[in-house]
Amino acid sequence: MPIREKDGQKEWLRREPAKQYAIWAGWMLGGMLFVWCWALISENTIWEFLYDADEQAASLIGRMIPPDWSITGSLMKPLWDTINIATVGTALGILIAFPLAFLAARNTTPHASLRAVALAIIVSSRSINALIWAMLLVTIVGPGIFAGMLAIALRSIGFVGKLLYEAIEEIHPTPVEAITATGASGPQVLAYSVWPQILPAFAGISVYRWDINIREATTLGLVGAGGIGLQMNAAINNLAWAQVATVFVLIFATVVLSEWVSAKVRHAVI
Amino acid sequence: MLTLTGVSKRYQTGELALSDIDLTIPAGQVIALIGPSGAGKSTLIRCVNRLIEPTDGKVQLDGEDITRVRGAKLRQARRQIGMIFQNYALVERLSVMENVLSGRLAYVGFWRSYFRRFPKSDIQQAFHLLQRVGLETMFDKRGDALSGGQKQRVGIARALMQNPKLLLVDEPTASLDPKTSRQIMRLICDLCREQQLAAVINIHDVVLAQQFVDRVVGLRAGRIVFDGSPQDLSPAILTSIYGEEDWEVPADNEDDDERSSPEDRVRSLTVDAHP
Repeated sequence: MPIREKDGQKEWLRREPAKQYAIWAGWMLGGMLFVWCWALISENTIWEFLYDADEQAASLIGRMIPPDWSITGSLMKPLWDTINIATVGTALGILIAFPLAFLAARNTTPHASLRAVALAIIVSSRSINALIWAMLLVTIVGPGIFAGMLAIALRSIGFVGKLLYEAIEEIHPTPVEAITATGASGPQVLAYSVWPQILPAFAGISVYRWDINIREATTLGLVGAGGIGLQMNAAINNLAWAQVATVFVLIFATVVLSEWVSAKVRHAVI
Repeated sequence: MLTLTGVSKRYQTGELALSDIDLTIPAGQVIALIGPSGAGKSTLIRCVNRLIEPTDGKVQLDGEDITRVRGAKLRQARRQIGMIFQNYALVERLSVMENVLSGRLAYVGFWRSYFRRFPKSDIQQAFHLLQRVGLETMFDKRGDALSGGQKQRVGIARALMQNPKLLLVDEPTASLDPKTSRQIMRLICDLCREQQLAAVINIHDVVLAQQFVDRVVGLRAGRIVFDGSPQDLSPAILTSIYGEEDWEVPADNEDDDERSSPEDRVRSLTVDAHP
């Protein structure tokens, strides 16, 4: 009863009282869960380590500054590898994700069973992190940038596939109806009514994933899948913090560059 | 030219949208399909080009049964039937020229259409039609840069690019202002007469329909309840199609009806339409 009578006047309530109490109880339970978790974490934390955390951080940063620019030249090759891993991996991922998205979208799939297969591939690709894909692939195809590219590609399939099939499901149905009504064939309907509608989403998703992949590719070296992560890992193991700082600066510059490129692409396609 | 025999459509929800429709349209005849929302007008024309599959009955185009054809045969049938939509249904990110040329898709192969390499004669026809609908300078504009009336003109050109025998027109004026509505209706009907095209036009605006068409078919709850000339549409018949309403009073008085008896209201609406 969202409306009740009180002193002869109608009073409007947002929800039924029972529902309102249930919502209150939900918030209450959530709050209690949060406090309980906090207590649990606190028990398992050695707070003594935190007392000098500020000094530790200051000392670490002090050892990082100034960065050791002398290794910049030797980092250029791994950095180039990293960008290549990200770019080729993204391209490969998109190539596989593109048809999968059409199979997975409710309005373009030829058959429900194909849709289930496509969704299964997309979900399994998404459920494994690129770093874990890289670990698996290093043991299968050996260490190096090839393993890195495959890892990036495998992770990207799920991401691009999912976002793209959602974009396909959100298109306006009437242009599809109109092109179908002209007697166009199935591929022609896709090319003339679906593709133009998803093109901006496709471009946006692709460069966004490429952008993420640049960052992910910088860590793949940690498990031997090529790129600048290997140098970073070596520097950290040697406690050469000035060199680590140089790697950080280079990664930062690369990411800024990739942000700029993706912004340009998105702007160009809309 | 177009013959529907016992066409019925029951949706999966169990709703019977069309029941036992018999309708014959000779070549070159322009008919208006009128009726309240939900009467089955859209379902009916979509059963003709099989955007909706009829549950029962037979659809014949030039004597050929197209009710159950599939694949290439279905596309062959569809390309003889042009369709014009209420919301224009243009592909908004494509140019006007691409939208018009998409009417030729059933005549060219996939790769030719994908690379936009349409035959020269198609391009000529597209320019000719764009000129006919008054958009000859707009061919390079993107679909979303046009006004509603212009979009509908592109939709008309696209349908005519198919060189159809029949036009299916679904509420062509419902999203347009009154003046543009009249211009669009006149354009569609003129083009049909020029090219000897038959047309089925779903339309809400009864007065507009009466001005332009040869024949009116009234649909109510999935059944044909009227089939005759536009002049024969009396208030009594309109009541049989749409339900009780005072057809004489201007629309802004519509709240205070119930005053005059039905007999008082009997006067032909066609007075306005044919002065």
